[in-house]
Amino acid sequence: MRRGLARQRLVALFFAAAFLFNYPLLSLFDRSEQVFGLPVLFVYIFGAWASVIALIAWTVGRRKG
Amino acid sequence: MISAPLVIAVSFAYLLVLFAMAYFGDRRAEQGRSIIANSWTYALSMAVYCTAWTYFGSVGRAASDGVWFLPIYLGPTLALALSWLIILKMIRIAKAYRITSIADFIASRYGKSHLLGGLVTIITVIGIIPYIAIQLKAIATGYALLTHDSVDGFRAVHETHWFQDSTLYVALILAVFTILFGARHLDATERHEGMVAAIAFESVVKLVAFLAVGVFVTYGIYNGFGDIFSRIQAHPEYARLLSFEGASTAGYGGWFGMVLLAMFAVIFLPRQFQVTVVENVNEEHLRRAAWLFPLYLLLINIFVLPIAFGGLMHFGVGSVDPDTFVLSLPLSHGMEALALFVFVGGLSAATGMVIVETIAVSTMICNDLVMPWLLRSKRFSRSAHPDLSGLLLVIRRGAILIVVLLGYLYFRLAGEAYALVAIGLMSFAAVAQFAPAMLGGMYWRGGTREGALAGLLAGFGVWVYTLMLPSFAKSGWLDPAFLEHGLFGIELLKPEALFGLQGLDNISHALFWSLAANIGCYVFVSLMRAPSALEASQATLFVDVFKREGATATTLWRGSAEVRDLQQLVARFLGQGKTVRLFREYARQRGYAGINSIPADAGLVHFAETQLAGAIGSASARVMVASVAQEEPLGLDEVMNILDEASQVRAYSHQLEEKSRQLEAATEELRAANEQLKELDRLKDDIMSSVTHELRTPLTAIRALSEMMFEDPEIDLVERKRFLGIIVSETERLTRLVNQVLDLAKIESGHAEWHNTDIDMRELVEHAIDSTRQLFSDCGAELVVSLPEQAPKLLADRDRLHQVLLNLLSNAAKFVPKEGGHVRVELVSDDREVRVEVEDNGPGIAPQFLPYVFEKFRQGGDQRDRPQGTGLGLPISRQIIEHFGGRMWVESPPGRGACFAFALPLNKMRSDSADAEQ
Repeated sequence: MRRGLARQRLVALFFAAAFLFNYPLLSLFDRSEQVFGLPVLFVYIFGAWASVIALIAWTVGRRKG
Repeated sequence: MISAPLVIAVSFAYLLVLFAMAYFGDRRAEQGRSIIANSWTYALSMAVYCTAWTYFGSVGRAASDGVWFLPIYLGPTLALALSWLIILKMIRIAKAYRITSIADFIASRYGKSHLLGGLVTIITVIGIIPYIAIQLKAIATGYALLTHDSVDGFRAVHETHWFQDSTLYVALILAVFTILFGARHLDATERHEGMVAAIAFESVVKLVAFLAVGVFVTYGIYNGFGDIFSRIQAHPEYARLLSFEGASTAGYGGWFGMVLLAMFAVIFLPRQFQVTVVENVNEEHLRRAAWLFPLYLLLINIFVLPIAFGGLMHFGVGSVDPDTFVLSLPLSHGMEALALFVFVGGLSAATGMVIVETIAVSTMICNDLVMPWLLRSKRFSRSAHPDLSGLLLVIRRGAILIVVLLGYLYFRLAGEAYALVAIGLMSFAAVAQFAPAMLGGMYWRGGTREGALAGLLAGFGVWVYTLMLPSFAKSGWLDPAFLEHGLFGIELLKPEALFGLQGLDNISHALFWSLAANIGCYVFVSLMRAPSALEASQATLFVDVFKREGATATTLWRGSAEVRDLQQLVARFLGQGKTVRLFREYARQRGYAGINSIPADAGLVHFAETQLAGAIGSASARVMVASVAQEEPLGLDEVMNILDEASQVRAYSHQLEEKSRQLEAATEELRAANEQLKELDRLKDDIMSSVTHELRTPLTAIRALSEMMFEDPEIDLVERKRFLGIIVSETERLTRLVNQVLDLAKIESGHAEWHNTDIDMRELVEHAIDSTRQLFSDCGAELVVSLPEQAPKLLADRDRLHQVLLNLLSNAAKFVPKEGGHVRVELVSDDREVRVEVEDNGPGIAPQFLPYVFEKFRQGGDQRDRPQGTGLGLPISRQIIEHFGGRMWVESPPGRGACFAFALPLNKMRSDSADAEQ
């Protein structure tokens, strides 16, 4: 993998995360329903957050990247 | 309640552990076995971001605003996703030009300006000192809570006289600690390994402590997350906390503003700059930190909501400050040991912040406020200070002490006032003002000193007007009239609804207006004039740091200097011994014999300036170097020419490199081709000598026998007939040999003719056996044939394959023993290939000859007992089989004869032969 590819992935990831953590996507989850007995808003934020971290780890973790 | 002496003893013990950690880290650094040179420590040290304000305040914020405590942590995750672009560049620039603080970074970028450095320092101090005050307040509050009789009802933290106030002593101890590990000696790179080790350790402590109290509340008091969330829903008064819109009035714009603010904060807070950029040991560490630090933030926030909700349900609203839930919940459940541990965690968060922040701010104060002022004063420049390194240390230590004491003073003055509570985000908004000048400076060449000054002044001014003054008014220090009616009663100037902007919370409102003013002034003022020579050269050095690697810096200086003057100058600030070491190292790297033989060129001047920049800041370093070196000022045109030249030279050298790489590759190919030719030539010689050797043997026999008959006509008829018989057979052998050599040459050169037809392998093998049956009966060998009922048809040259089979069979007949000879012929086929095996029970082939049996004239066995044959049969056979895409091999387990076999693929051959027919 070329070095430039990892950088592009990180920039894409940044925009994806900014998209996930803001209006209007966030407003979709602002409802009173529950998943696993927890409010869907918290599950969404923490879940999206953890996925972003995992993707960063995957992108930078590839040595050749 | 926990007894005060116990709390104090534990706190002191913890601080002693920190001292030990830091001391150990420094010792290891001196021995060259750094303990902080790994990405884990690096990522953990970044967690100095989590201060006491977040440690205690997150829960407090969650208790009042629900999910709104999170943007402060989501922002850093976003920023770290871009770390490989932005932070890496900052690290590279800081390392290349010995930049040790944000003030120095901005000053250096915009033409090494004292004014800019000073302004950044002043903004930092004003923005950060209240932030230090909250850390002290957190320690004081925690201490009071632990030692107080009951968790509710305590309020008065600072009603004691100042000399009875334990917070003062905490502040002093922190100042001493910071001085010991932040300003013990002068280091030109301003790195503090021991301090970083201690900070990383503190990060672990605060995370473990917070997780401990989280687990206790979630699983000790309640039955897990689900239980807490279902219980809180039974309280209608807290229901709003569970939704996004209900928890805060700031709206999505406010949320976005907060995320943006935290993004800037995690890059531009002085303490973050210190640990992320200045203390970075290896750029590669950023890789792991890019996900480990966000993960740390995620972990420390998992239990924030459960603790907040647990506290709300346990205490209700109003009786206990939600900021203290992490302490008051364990205390009210009798878990005093846990509460003490949590307090130590809070102590970690607070001390970590204070230590790193004061080191960073003291570097700024020393390099960008005090030094410029000292260097300018007449008295100072007239007095001949031989060694100023001591003075530098005194200034730094004094700055540390003053910053911590100012923090304490603010804490005493502000106390419970609003100004203290809101200061966390206000500080973030203050440092966000650095973002345009910093980011613009790293990616845009057009920014000028005036532009940066105007942007910073405008942004900071708006910040003061929209955030700081209102906070003073709300604390009762100012007349709140201007808050409600605007300055001079003008509605449009209301600080929290500037120009009528409404619908945002005060932080986002201030962030919007301050950044708008900041960016606007920065860009417009910058564009009013072209950059000066110095600005243009610095801009190029910063923007192109990855391309230039500092090599251009030396080409941008012209003038004359004396080595002795430069050395004395550096020694004034760094000390004599250290300077001699640095200059010797420089001479060694450049390949000069010693300090005296270093030429006083631009490279040396740049080196001296860089060393000084680490100690006194880039702007002061420039002034100092200019005082001993006569610089010929370069005009903008000259600078641009040099930069153009440099980039052209770089382009040429790049092309040259490309060309020479291509040449090298071509040479390599040629060499390989030459090797191959040589090898072929050698093979040709080998074959020539073998062929002539093989030809000579029968020729010698023919000639000898013919001569005998020619010279002696008396030979009787029987003898003569025998001789003639030998001559005929030798001639036949010669013909065969010549035919085979020609045959092989044809096949190898690809000129052979192939007549491909459909062949039934079974029929072909039977035919070959029939032709050789006589041979086997002659040597009395038993022939065992095993053929399948049906064999697939192949498209190949029948005569050639027949030739191969005959060769294998006649070879087997040659080698079987005289008595009890046994030859097995087997034809096997599957859907991929047809295999023929011919096995004899002869002497077999010795292992050392196995690899050579298919080489030309290399019959198995040694020369003496070579059987009849040309030595070309097997090579030709193999060539034929390989022509049809098959393979041929031999197996010879010692003492069990030899088994020659070949396999022909079914599909491959069809396509090959189809090609051949076209």
